[in-house]
Amino acid sequence: MKHLLSISDLSKSDALGLLDTATELARVSDGPMKKLPTLRGRTIVNLFAEDSTRTRISFEAAAKRLSADVINFSAKGSSVSKGESLKDTAQTLQAMGADAVIIRHGASGAPHRLAQSQWMTGSVINAGDGTHEHPSQALLDAFTIRKHLSHGENDLAGLHVAIVGDILHSRVARSNVLLLNLLGAQVTLVAPPTLLPVGVEHWDANISFEFDDVVGNVDAVMMLRVQQERMQELYFPNAREYSRYFGLNRDRLKKMKSHSIVMHPGPMNRGLEITADVADSARSVIVEQVSNGVSVRMAILYVLLAGAPIEMGSLL
Amino acid sequence: MNKNIFHLKGGSLASGEKRDVVISEGIIKEIGVSITSPEGALVLDVSDSIILSGLVDLHTHLREPGKEDSETVRSGSRAAAKGGFTAISAMANTSPVADTAGVVEQVFRLGKDAGYCDVFPIGAITQGLHGRELSEMGAMADSAARVRIFSDDGNCVSDPMVMRRALEYVKSFDGLIAQHAQDPTLTLDAQMNEGVVSSVLGLKGWPAVAEEAIIARDILLADHVKSRLHICHVTTAGGVEIIRWAKSRGMNVTAEVTPHHLLLTDELARSYDPIFKVNPPLRTEKDIMALREALCDGTIDIVATDHAPHPAESKECEWQEAAFGMLGLETALSIVQKTMVDSGLMNWVDVQNRLSIQPAAIARYQSQGLEVRVGNRANLTVINPGKSWKVDRDLVASRSRNTPFHSMDLPGVVTETFFNGRATLLRGELVQEMSS
Repeated sequence: MKHLLSISDLSKSDALGLLDTATELARVSDGPMKKLPTLRGRTIVNLFAEDSTRTRISFEAAAKRLSADVINFSAKGSSVSKGESLKDTAQTLQAMGADAVIIRHGASGAPHRLAQSQWMTGSVINAGDGTHEHPSQALLDAFTIRKHLSHGENDLAGLHVAIVGDILHSRVARSNVLLLNLLGAQVTLVAPPTLLPVGVEHWDANISFEFDDVVGNVDAVMMLRVQQERMQELYFPNAREYSRYFGLNRDRLKKMKSHSIVMHPGPMNRGLEITADVADSARSVIVEQVSNGVSVRMAILYVLLAGAPIEMGSLL
Repeated sequence: MNKNIFHLKGGSLASGEKRDVVISEGIIKEIGVSITSPEGALVLDVSDSIILSGLVDLHTHLREPGKEDSETVRSGSRAAAKGGFTAISAMANTSPVADTAGVVEQVFRLGKDAGYCDVFPIGAITQGLHGRELSEMGAMADSAARVRIFSDDGNCVSDPMVMRRALEYVKSFDGLIAQHAQDPTLTLDAQMNEGVVSSVLGLKGWPAVAEEAIIARDILLADHVKSRLHICHVTTAGGVEIIRWAKSRGMNVTAEVTPHHLLLTDELARSYDPIFKVNPPLRTEKDIMALREALCDGTIDIVATDHAPHPAESKECEWQEAAFGMLGLETALSIVQKTMVDSGLMNWVDVQNRLSIQPAAIARYQSQGLEVRVGNRANLTVINPGKSWKVDRDLVASRSRNTPFHSMDLPGVVTETFFNGRATLLRGELVQEMSS
């Protein structure tokens, strides 16, 4: 595995290898010596052409815990958005000797362009591209689900996950549908018809417009962020109506199975897609998703740059 | 040896009949079996080849004036000659826009100067292609360029009242309104065909209905005011159905399909390589099959290239930043052979109709699209259908390299093109200087 561009590039054993590696690395992070020397002398560039403090910090922490040198290239408001081409940026990073580029970009497919062109030779890691995919988010979500509902091992067979909200514009949803299926889980998408893409009927997922019908039947509810500008674009009438039908509130929380968990990739709109009491409830694993994110991103860097996953238990 | 006397020996006409053809004094001088070569003639053995009436393209982007780094009238004319075309139609979306007699006359004169083919300018329907005020279509029609096709191509004339007025206005000089059918609000920031592939790639969808709704509206408008309407680059099965219905009612509408929409599908977008980004977008296999059938049964009248050159930097970037469009002139006939002839749907008489006779008739290009007959102007294309070639973007005559067919093996090699009795392409090589 050289790049991580899309979950569709992974086999089931690739995905499990990444999750197992993350499990092992999480143990290291919990120990007294947080840092591993694995990537000493390697240069990793965080190329962020779109705002995303949390994903950038998560990758930065992951790289540093593996002793890599990290260069942050926040391109928003600088060259990339001011007409410097992706090609020129890639060639610059190549000239600086980047071993891996972690790219967040507003254009779907930008990481593919980096990886498949001859512009640079290092590994490319997709940290979220347009409305396409966000593979590291899906991996950390699967890691979190596995930890809570599958004893932290094996796949997710038999589990049922609802993904609720703006599926149309969500890279998190696209990556999660692919990965949850790869790991054997069942997926139900819940959204107003306007926020489901044409063609979604060909995805490996059930579709529902009725959150209330779904919420009691699933093991995890993954809420998606809804951007305020979607109202101006006529996807739904207003925030109140959206919350009424598609928000996760206390009443819906009560309908959930006793073991099921509440997830959100962040940042949340408290009061819109999720109420504050639900976000802060005992069911919520939202904060834990963030800490799991570092372990999973360490695993991604480890597997891509050190060349192989770590077997479960081998670091002990 | 007189360089303008040619004896094409042993070739086939579109009908399949084996005939020698002699070209002299700009016309087809003689057609017969085993003709003795006239004095001074260049004898060309074309016994493996087919002699067609010269190809006529009604949809060509030449980029001059304004973007001469992508294409000039001369470089585009050379690409045309290499692809077997003897007439091309320069779209109006240059800079400045071809919305005055001055600009169309300039393009027309540049075409004459280049000398590789007829370059017939298309005039803009509205000033600046903005879709609001009509351009001086009368002046363009009366100019030396004798403009008869008007189009805002690249933009849709979306306001129905503007479209109605344009259709009415051109009736006085037998003009033709060629519509780029794309509802702008349904395709805001659209990137590719809306469907299964766009849903997976997260690229903003371009629904078929955005094309079909405009086609339906304009057919009804044209029928209401009894004018002539031409639908540019039809891409959807639904659009085909609407045109078929209109023709069955005797409505005066014609339509074109591009070679790339006959062959390529939206699956190619999975590479995120913008070489496959084009307006209108590549559609699905089902649409391709409907387009082929429609071209075969005449619902779609002609093939037009929508040749759209772009510089490297406009394609070496993210998909959503890239320009729309692909080269077409040099590969058109091969793609038509591959998709329509080799598949058994059409014969070479049909090809000659769809790529030469019909387009010239629709556009009223009287010196073009004539049957291969003694006395007719010698605008001819010679293709060897039994040979194949590999497309190489580094070897194109166009000034740009954005062909989606790079490294593809295609059937049919155009070996000769004759424009007004002079060879522009000879034994597969462009004649280096045509200006007299």
